[in-house]
Amino acid sequence: MSGPNTDYDPVEVAAVSPAEVEAARDAALAAIAAAADLEQLKAVRSDHAGDRSPLALANREIGALPPQARKEAGQRVGQARGAVNQALAARSAELEVEHEARILVEESVDVTLPTDRDPVGARHPLTTGAELIADIFVAMGWEVAEGPVIEAEWLNFDALNLGPDHPARTMQDTFWTDPADDHVVLRTHTSPVQARTMLTRTPPIYVVCPGRVFRTDEYDATHSPMFHQVEGLAIDEGISMAHLKGTLDHFASQMFGEGITTRFRPSYFPFTEPSAEVDLVCFVCRGVDSDACRTCRGEGWIEWGGCGIVNPRVLQACGVDSSRYSGFAFGMGIDRTLMFRHGLEDLRTLFEGDVRFTTAFGSEL
Amino acid sequence: MKAPVSWIRELVDLPETVTTEVLTDRLTALGLKLEGIEAAGADIEGPLVIGRVLTQDKEPQKNGKVINWCRVDIGAAGELVEGYDPAEGQGIVCGAHNFGPGDKVVVILPGGVLPGDFRISARKTYGHVSAGMICSASELGLPEDGSDGIIVVPEDGPEPGTDAREFLGFGDEVIEFEINPDRAYALSLRGVAREAALGFGVPFTDPADRAVPEVDGKAWEVVVDDPTGCPVFAARLVSGFDPSAPTPEHIKRRVEQAGMRSISLAVDVTNYVMLELGQPTHGYDADKVAGSLGVRRARAGERITTLDDAVRDLSPGNDGDLVITDDSGPIGLAGVMGGATTEISGTTTRILVEAAHWDPVSMFRTGKRHKLSSEAGKRNERGVDPLLPAGAADRVVELLVEHGGATAEPGFTLVGTAPPQPTVTIATDLPAQLSGIEISAMTAVEHLRAIGATVAEHEDGVVGVTPPSWRPDITDPHDLVEEVVRIVGYDQVPSLLPRRATGRGLTRLQRLRRRVGRSLAGAGLVEVVSFPFVGEATFDRLGLTADDPRRATVPLANPLSSEEPAYTTTLLPGLLEAAGRNIGRGAPGVALFETATVAFPSDNGPAPIYGVHTRPTEAEVDKLIEALPVQPQHLAVVLAGERQRSGWWGAGADAAWSDALAVVRRLATELGVELRVTATHRMPWHPGRCALLSIDEVEIGCAGELHPKVCKSFGLPARAAAIELDLDALLAATPTVAAGPQFSTMPLAKEDVALVVDASVTAADVEAALRDGAGPLLESVRLFDAYTGAQVGEGKKSLAFALRFRAPDRTLTEGEAGAARDAAVAEAASRTGAVQR
Repeated sequence: MSGPNTDYDPVEVAAVSPAEVEAARDAALAAIAAAADLEQLKAVRSDHAGDRSPLALANREIGALPPQARKEAGQRVGQARGAVNQALAARSAELEVEHEARILVEESVDVTLPTDRDPVGARHPLTTGAELIADIFVAMGWEVAEGPVIEAEWLNFDALNLGPDHPARTMQDTFWTDPADDHVVLRTHTSPVQARTMLTRTPPIYVVCPGRVFRTDEYDATHSPMFHQVEGLAIDEGISMAHLKGTLDHFASQMFGEGITTRFRPSYFPFTEPSAEVDLVCFVCRGVDSDACRTCRGEGWIEWGGCGIVNPRVLQACGVDSSRYSGFAFGMGIDRTLMFRHGLEDLRTLFEGDVRFTTAFGSEL
Repeated sequence: MKAPVSWIRELVDLPETVTTEVLTDRLTALGLKLEGIEAAGADIEGPLVIGRVLTQDKEPQKNGKVINWCRVDIGAAGELVEGYDPAEGQGIVCGAHNFGPGDKVVVILPGGVLPGDFRISARKTYGHVSAGMICSASELGLPEDGSDGIIVVPEDGPEPGTDAREFLGFGDEVIEFEINPDRAYALSLRGVAREAALGFGVPFTDPADRAVPEVDGKAWEVVVDDPTGCPVFAARLVSGFDPSAPTPEHIKRRVEQAGMRSISLAVDVTNYVMLELGQPTHGYDADKVAGSLGVRRARAGERITTLDDAVRDLSPGNDGDLVITDDSGPIGLAGVMGGATTEISGTTTRILVEAAHWDPVSMFRTGKRHKLSSEAGKRNERGVDPLLPAGAADRVVELLVEHGGATAEPGFTLVGTAPPQPTVTIATDLPAQLSGIEISAMTAVEHLRAIGATVAEHEDGVVGVTPPSWRPDITDPHDLVEEVVRIVGYDQVPSLLPRRATGRGLTRLQRLRRRVGRSLAGAGLVEVVSFPFVGEATFDRLGLTADDPRRATVPLANPLSSEEPAYTTTLLPGLLEAAGRNIGRGAPGVALFETATVAFPSDNGPAPIYGVHTRPTEAEVDKLIEALPVQPQHLAVVLAGERQRSGWWGAGADAAWSDALAVVRRLATELGVELRVTATHRMPWHPGRCALLSIDEVEIGCAGELHPKVCKSFGLPARAAAIELDLDALLAATPTVAAGPQFSTMPLAKEDVALVVDASVTAADVEAALRDGAGPLLESVRLFDAYTGAQVGEGKKSLAFALRFRAPDRTLTEGEAGAARDAAVAEAASRTGAVQR
């Protein structure tokens, strides 16, 4: 490679000789190919294509050539410079790609690192359970009715055919507000919501009433002074036990899975007549080889709740024309339903507020 | 109700194919629900035989005990024992002493197993090889008979060597039924057997159907003052009763199988008849009864000592306790429990037998008033067949004569007559209509007759039905429908969905409440459900002042705990307890929320009680509702300890006052509610770190850091934060139809200002002034830094705001934005004394 032409002699223009130009070009191409990264390529560019590179100097000397030699030399040097520039561009593009790829590799992280900086919240299964039930009924065209937990005695008992001396009043030991002759109770069931609905609306009525209720039970693994119920009420022309059965079968299959149906047994509730206990086909063993089933304890059936045809005396007290309309009602415990649906062993876990319990249910049941 | 299968079969001739399981399935389907089946002796295995004690040698031991070394003749059962010598008998060591040589006893031989997997084998003890065990009742899993020793078999019992199981009543299954209040008749073998006969279509012989002597009023003089309370009273007398006569084994066993204690022949007989027929009866020691019997309501000041030795103050008046009297005054709490003064004792020879029909309501009230639950009361308050007293008294007399050597005195007193059963009119197609099953008029009538009702000939599809005397529960057509349908079978009810429900979906409020829960869960909060009971101590822990309105609670008349006698006015106690529990269980931090009802007294007087034959008027309904406490839904939140975790990303953060405000502000924004935050002091919050939350100048709650004392009291880390607000008020403020926003897409002009104000000036006030002063070009104001320190001087703070301006129709010039900024700062200066840094 030639150094800078310090003592310029226009006659001696070896720099533009074909051999020199070829050598300079080859040296440039070799250096370009050898450049390992963009930094090196930058140096190569300066050495071989810069202002003071042999080819640039050669180019400058063309003007000093005799005119007849200029054309040929110009072509020779121009081609060499073109080849070098092309190689530079190509190598640069290549190294650019390599460089970007290398940065991405260098930036890789351990994606399995934990990211639990913010706590995860959850709604309570009693809430999401009540919503699940409500949604099953809303999808059938029912509405969700609500009422206060501290309720008038008349609405909680009398209107529902539970007179002051009805033995059933002792079956549900009631919290009374003080003084007790204020005739105000903590509702013992969500049935007063049914009474309120009948008092304020005209049939057809299709409502489901989930809510909190109270009885003076001591607190243990299966009893609580506060628990949750869902009741349903349908009042319309021509309503029969068949509609009750159909509704509960649908409810059961939506809540526990396709094919889960119900069974009725005669029972007694003051607000319904005829009355029935409703059992659910065990959704775990489905009544097959029940003996070892822990959910239904070998019964094949699970006691689910009570139901029946609304007693005409209730319709009468609540202003519904019992000669035109009949109705059915049902009720079951939400807490109890959750207990067997989710295999809970102690009712108290629902009310302790331990976040490990609640978060286990996710955001929807 | 516990009913031995053998007793049921005695009263109804069930086919052999009807096993206990078939029987209980059928009765459950009819409405007598199976609770359980007990079979005494089911867990006893191996040779259990009758033996006769040949010799009994008492051998004192070093430990002071005396054991009996017995030789017992086990008859033919000796074949089961290797090397048994009939002359010697079986050698058995026994620690009990209530028997002697010659007595017959129950022996379990080696190879046998007693309840509790107690395996019997020949073993060396007290210097003998004891090959078996002489058994007591409790060892066999039988009820204790009070002798507290081994069972001595009566002389007329089975011979030695006989298997003892039959004698002991083993193998006889006892079915326990759950009896609903409307089926009081099934609290007797008579009723259960009748249902079994109905269930299998076999004839039923009514044990109450018996000839009774002519009524002559001569058994005892009885004066019934209150025929409404006591429509029927029957009395009989026996004399010459042997008070030492034992209760025959079968009566004793049946009384015990029913879960009652065997006491004495006279008492056992009355209980036996009650179990058999369902009619409670009572025996008086006739020699202790002074003069005629009376039935009346108690008078003021009267008291009685009942058989359970309780002294009871009687409730006088027309709704008071019904009592039986003699010349001395009350001698029995009628229909519920007898009195001590006329109790049958070990010397009683003349027994006055009472069987009466009582008004169920009066029985119920007396039982409730005296908190007295007896087998008799249980039946009387549910309603007993009013035709039973004569037959029941006669049956008691018969058994006392038969087993107690008594003589039935002539004479039969029967006061009153059974009230007639009302006739119920029913359309014969009503059962079909209400059940959805095809039930013909003929079938309906046939089933009504099967339950013992009298059905008049039909006329235009309507019949008059007179229920049988034992069914006081049947008063309405629907009651008859249940009877027909349960016989047809509840399993025949088809499954149809009603097709006319046309609901409007969830209400807006219902949807919003779900939204609130989801939003809070999304912010990392966990929902809890806690009890709403509180007491003064809880309010003290919250540091509430004596006049704090939250101390004005709705009190409970019968709280479960005297510590928490009221319905809560605040959700914080339950939530703080739950937070403390989580921290106590090792959680580094906890974020909880609850939405629930709280209650404040309305003081609108008592809630009325209306009749039920017509609907109350609108005004009456309003009065009911006004009388109730005010019951808003509250929302409460507690944030305690670690709110953000530390990790490889850096440090975490503990919950602080600002986290509580962040939660509630975010919720308000999501709900579209403009929430105003101002400073306040209110317990249980930190006095300098409590924000009052309001909407349109109306307070809805507070948020901020909890008072250090409260944190300590509930076991929470310092600086825990909380919110409580009226959720109803928050949701009521949500816009029903939000107006669509208008916004410009022109370029934004940014102006930041730092203002120095007195430390007491709130950021909200400065921001409001900037907002008001900036004019219509202002798009947003956001505080991005707050600083106190030497650079701004003592008692001052610097607040830095980012102002963003935009015009609807053009690019703002620097001059326009600057002018708006200056106007904003000027307003802040004039309202808050702010000086631009």
